[in-house]
Amino acid sequence: MNRGGTAEGFFLLTGKDFAHAGVASTELKAVLEKMGVNHNIIRRAAIAAFEAEMNVIIYAPAGMMRYEITPDCIKVTVEDAGPGIEDIELAMKEGYSTAPDYIREMGFGSGMGLPNIKKNTDELKISSIPDVGTSLEFVINIKKE
Amino acid sequence: MTLNEIKDIIQAEVLTCNSDMNMAVDKGCSSDLMSDVLAFSKPGALLITGLINETVIRTAEVANVKAIIFVRGKRPNSKAVTLAEEKKIPLLATNLPMFEACGRLYERGLRGSPNNVK
Amino acid sequence: MKLQEIVDSLSLEVKTASSNLTREVTGGYVSDLLSDVIANSKEGNIWVTLQTHQNIVAVATLKELSGIILVNNRNPDTETSKKAEREGIPIMVSPLPAFELVGKLYNMGLRGL
Repeated sequence: MNRGGTAEGFFLLTGKDFAHAGVASTELKAVLEKMGVNHNIIRRAAIAAFEAEMNVIIYAPAGMMRYEITPDCIKVTVEDAGPGIEDIELAMKEGYSTAPDYIREMGFGSGMGLPNIKKNTDELKISSIPDVGTSLEFVINIKKE
Repeated sequence: MTLNEIKDIIQAEVLTCNSDMNMAVDKGCSSDLMSDVLAFSKPGALLITGLINETVIRTAEVANVKAIIFVRGKRPNSKAVTLAEEKKIPLLATNLPMFEACGRLYERGLRGSPNNVK
Repeated sequence: MKLQEIVDSLSLEVKTASSNLTREVTGGYVSDLLSDVIANSKEGNIWVTLQTHQNIVAVATLKELSGIILVNNRNPDTETSKKAEREGIPIMVSPLPAFELVGKLYNMGLRGL
């Protein structure tokens, strides 16, 4: 149960830094656990944040993740200076991936990232400009009506 | 099934210290792809994988995986082991190929995500 | 055992090369990492994976695998299907997750050693 607190945080993400891939989202998870948020909501937030973080690390030279937690919801924004997404609708299809082979050999790039984010969040906004970057924002509601 | 029993069934060695080998798991998930672990695994599962980078440990934490078995004779580096010890995720390793490891565990009663079976 | 027997027992949906189901299956291999399959699979093995892009056909042809089973209801993409038909590689689909499917194949007597 959420005890009604607030929190916010910010992380810089470095492209191809696989040694630290997932640090931002696991910290977000730890913060939510400390705040006593419902376990299922924590799982959804952690999975969505992780996938967004991985996308930056796999495809972009650099990016950042910012989160804001209020008693009502968790909002996470991820922005990067990467290659951008040509066709967002296509990218949302399960199994569609633009990952190069060496990425697949590392266990990533199976095309489930964006679909996983969509599945686990209540609101999702993606905007992207090819060769400039991508901005992704998602919201998970905490308070149930 | 406890980790001790699993260790014997698949001839595994334990990589993490202070692991609770009496820990019970009731579901197994095998994959070499992290996003699929996140998409399909249920919390509390045993992850069976051939991927040995540190991101596997963080994926496991996000997915609430209880323990990880590395197959095909693969061993993660010491940083990954330390990370797993911090997160209290037991790591085991076997030389068996994934097919054998999964087959033997299934034969002894471990099942995949039970709600997914159609 | 022949591929057809596996298709029937596990109610797999055959997507390509359905005329090649008389192939003999020598064992099972499960992996999503192509370099690993290339290094360690054996001729005649049935390959269980989540990967759907066209490289899987090249690998199956190279290693003379008897067929590919895609799990979690994954479907081969168009290029993959075209290539598989050309090369005569049966691709079959199962709704089960890999762990469950491998378990059932093991129960049927297939081994991975």
